[in-house]
Amino acid sequence: MIDSVDTAKVNPDTSQPWAELGLKQDEYESIKQILGRRPTSSELAMYSVMWSEHCSYKSSKVHLRQFADKAPKTDALLVGIGENAGVVDIGAGWAVTFKVESHNHPSYVEPYQGAATGVGGIVRDIISMGARPIAVMDPLRFGPADAPDTRRVLPGVVAGIGGYGNCLGLPNIGGELVFDESYAGNPLVNALCIGSMKHEDIHLASAKGVGNLVVLYGARTGGDGIGGVSVLASETFDADGPAKRPSVQVGDPFMEKLLIEATLEVLHAGLVEGIQDLGGAGISCATSELASNGEGGMHVYLDRVLLRDASLSPEEILMSESQERMCAVVTPEKIDEFMALCKKWDVEAVVIGEVTDTGRLVIEWHGEMIVDVPPRSVAHDGPVYERPFHRPSWQDALQADAPTPERLNRPSTPDDIKQTLMDLITSPNLASKSWVTSQYDRYVMGNTILAQPEDAGMIRIDEETGLGVAISTDCNSRFAKLDPYAGAQLALVESYRNISVAGAKPLAVTNCLNFGSPEDPEVMWQFAQATTGLADACLELGIPVTGGNVSFYNQTGDTPINPTPVVGVLGVIDDVDRRTPMAWDEDGDLIYILGETFDEFAGGEWAYLQGHLGGLPPKVNFPMERLLSEIMVAASRDGMITAAHDVSDGGVGVAITEMALRANKGARFWIPDNIDPFVFLFSESTARAIAVIARTEELRFTEMCAARGMSATRFGVVDSGLGADSGHPGEQVIVIDSLFTFTVEALRGANEATLPALFGG
Amino acid sequence: MSARIGVVTFPGSLDDADAARAIRIAGATPVALWHGDANLHDVDAVVLPGGFSYGDYLRCGAIAKFAPVMSLIIEKAQVGLPVLGICNGFQILCESHLLPGALTRNDHQHFICVDQKLQIESTQTLWTGDFLPGQEIVIPLKNGEGGYVASEATLDELFAENRVVATYVGTNPNGSYRNIAGISNKAGNVVGLMPHPEHAVEALTGPTTDGIPFFTSVLKSLVGAS
Repeated sequence: MIDSVDTAKVNPDTSQPWAELGLKQDEYESIKQILGRRPTSSELAMYSVMWSEHCSYKSSKVHLRQFADKAPKTDALLVGIGENAGVVDIGAGWAVTFKVESHNHPSYVEPYQGAATGVGGIVRDIISMGARPIAVMDPLRFGPADAPDTRRVLPGVVAGIGGYGNCLGLPNIGGELVFDESYAGNPLVNALCIGSMKHEDIHLASAKGVGNLVVLYGARTGGDGIGGVSVLASETFDADGPAKRPSVQVGDPFMEKLLIEATLEVLHAGLVEGIQDLGGAGISCATSELASNGEGGMHVYLDRVLLRDASLSPEEILMSESQERMCAVVTPEKIDEFMALCKKWDVEAVVIGEVTDTGRLVIEWHGEMIVDVPPRSVAHDGPVYERPFHRPSWQDALQADAPTPERLNRPSTPDDIKQTLMDLITSPNLASKSWVTSQYDRYVMGNTILAQPEDAGMIRIDEETGLGVAISTDCNSRFAKLDPYAGAQLALVESYRNISVAGAKPLAVTNCLNFGSPEDPEVMWQFAQATTGLADACLELGIPVTGGNVSFYNQTGDTPINPTPVVGVLGVIDDVDRRTPMAWDEDGDLIYILGETFDEFAGGEWAYLQGHLGGLPPKVNFPMERLLSEIMVAASRDGMITAAHDVSDGGVGVAITEMALRANKGARFWIPDNIDPFVFLFSESTARAIAVIARTEELRFTEMCAARGMSATRFGVVDSGLGADSGHPGEQVIVIDSLFTFTVEALRGANEATLPALFGG
Repeated sequence: MSARIGVVTFPGSLDDADAARAIRIAGATPVALWHGDANLHDVDAVVLPGGFSYGDYLRCGAIAKFAPVMSLIIEKAQVGLPVLGICNGFQILCESHLLPGALTRNDHQHFICVDQKLQIESTQTLWTGDFLPGQEIVIPLKNGEGGYVASEATLDELFAENRVVATYVGTNPNGSYRNIAGISNKAGNVVGLMPHPEHAVEALTGPTTDGIPFFTSVLKSLVGAS
């Protein structure tokens, strides 16, 4: 029996499962107030999912406003926060759009499909802006590397990302892989996609033009991803009907590839007035958002939707999160051409409705009206909460527990320092990630300039001019646990630095804010602090947030994850030919450390290996970060620099090891005066980078640094001939002062063995 | 007028733009061929690019061989049209029986993307004439189903007839029998290669530019023929 609008009027007191659908009593009451009657079951389904935390940002909205309120003045932003993804002007008529989203819980329940559909969802966000997707990246976080559950989840997640992304033909150019106890039972699977387009190709999600047609195209609608709405289904189905439906969606990357090509073709042919992808909340979200952004009205014939499973109820069709679907608004004159292009790509399409000026979203099911709502009330005017928050009672004690030499024994002998470096580069967080990244195609499309393990991923946009973009994501969640305000800023400055050392100019920011439950005032405090910190930092660095994503409820029982504000920075480079790689090359090139090193170990990798978390994270210094960025870009532009690497996790010792491994060539280093070798090698002070300079450019480079007030200390020289004198004839060797030596092969063997030993060959 | 080399786009082809770029860099004109095309637009040679044609459903390359454009290519290849199948293209050539054997799931069960060292075994094909016999090159390898298998008799025959085009050097990356990375037909006009020469044509984007000779070789053969 269909619960139509008429039925709802006649039977106002029918009991409805609003609580099971996740709505609060006052939310249910306010739906009744908006409609002037009880909602139909279809309307209830729509509101429940659109007013969920995931879709409505009801707990985060009041904090996220800061990204707009404090946005630095910029001409680079063509489309700002609120659309499917922000769009940034990179010059020469080109624009770039990028966004990162979480798929944490689905990936825990079903690692392969959860991670795969995470990639699929973010890719559709990008194509719905009119852009061709050009690369993906995946920031991943898991529990301890040797935990049985990590071994269950990680291989599936990696295979899912690879299985989907490789089949789409998108290069995977970087990301993160972090292990920490706080993610046990709640891994973080974030997915980033970047797309490029000419300015004139930018499209938005709005249903304009009364009488225009609403087309649903792509995969058929099935029963996957329905989740909580099955509560409604169980009421409308007979006892012997289909019962449990999977709440994790299943991906078909081949269909997504066809959808990309078909969508770009209809967009470029000028056949589309407005476009929206179908992700969370499926047809409910797409129709209400398109209508709300456009003329304000839409009439939908839901029974026209092509189904994989003919037994689906209208509530389920509205809620289904079946993958690989898009919704377009097309004028009646162009509909035949639109349908023909879909057919060319073997993509099914059907007109499901039209744009009206009634101000109502009306949905029919076989002639009966099952939805009649103001679309804004569904899509945009959901509840907004000012959740209470307070500083955790343990925060002061945590910050007071700094890793001083008295509390944590520091290595002092050369042998101990040597062992410390070996311990760090073999730890799962700093070991080679190639076991993961070799399962991803980084070459497809032929425009990948830099990819993991480089500091940033870099993609060529224009083959004629060499115009390109760089992108990096970062977050040390231990820093954020110690101080969420500073932690979010530290994530930003590291990502900003990674872009700069590659030679690109940072332009814009995206984020994926992974936190525990917003109903926990301590978590809410972390969230408020982190968003404020990030907004303030973006203002300091002069780069705006273009969009992002919030993921709450990441916790196991009452224990939330470390606050994890993953920050992505996008940069532009006018000619990728001048990009700065991390591998040094020429014998005799000089190795400089830029910036100052302080005694800063709290939250860093060395303290983590000692099982210690306490103190205050490294200090953020925005003027020095900006200066460092300008110097790295200038040195690249003027041809002074041959290689560079950001100094962060594990400090200088780990940074020079990574450079030697990438170069497969040795070098000799000395510890600068007046600094303790352990502090110099392993502190994680910010605003530092390693720069490799040709001898002929040394004077010009050091004069530039001196003139601008950047500390630059020469502490090494590239030398492929150190083997003979150090007892390793014919081998590449790293010599660290009079402290110790390593062969590059020994470092490589150790660095590359960790992940295969944990997860199989 | 430069040679016209067709690049077929099937639904799910991914490296078609890369193949076209490599053809341009080699000095020829790439011509886009659609899987549903009923003619070959006067191309002088054809590249079947990498990707997941038709989603690799059923079996890699198994559906692609029934595409309208493939029946023309199969017919012309049997009378000398130069055809290079890369990765998925190699799988399609095997499914089409233009080349013997089959490609199976990598023995370690993972997709693999690495800079792979190869030894060129035969310079007697239309696609490898610009290499030196025994030359070692490094080009990207990226596949999930790249393990070459064939009967012992076929393998013996391939080696005896100098039809093994390239072999893997060092660790066998996918379990291919006898380290085979690529083979040719008896006439040497049809070559299947699991690694990707089209991703090694620019110093900026590839590990090397070792892939270029595959594309220049065929141009010489076309000039020689005309």
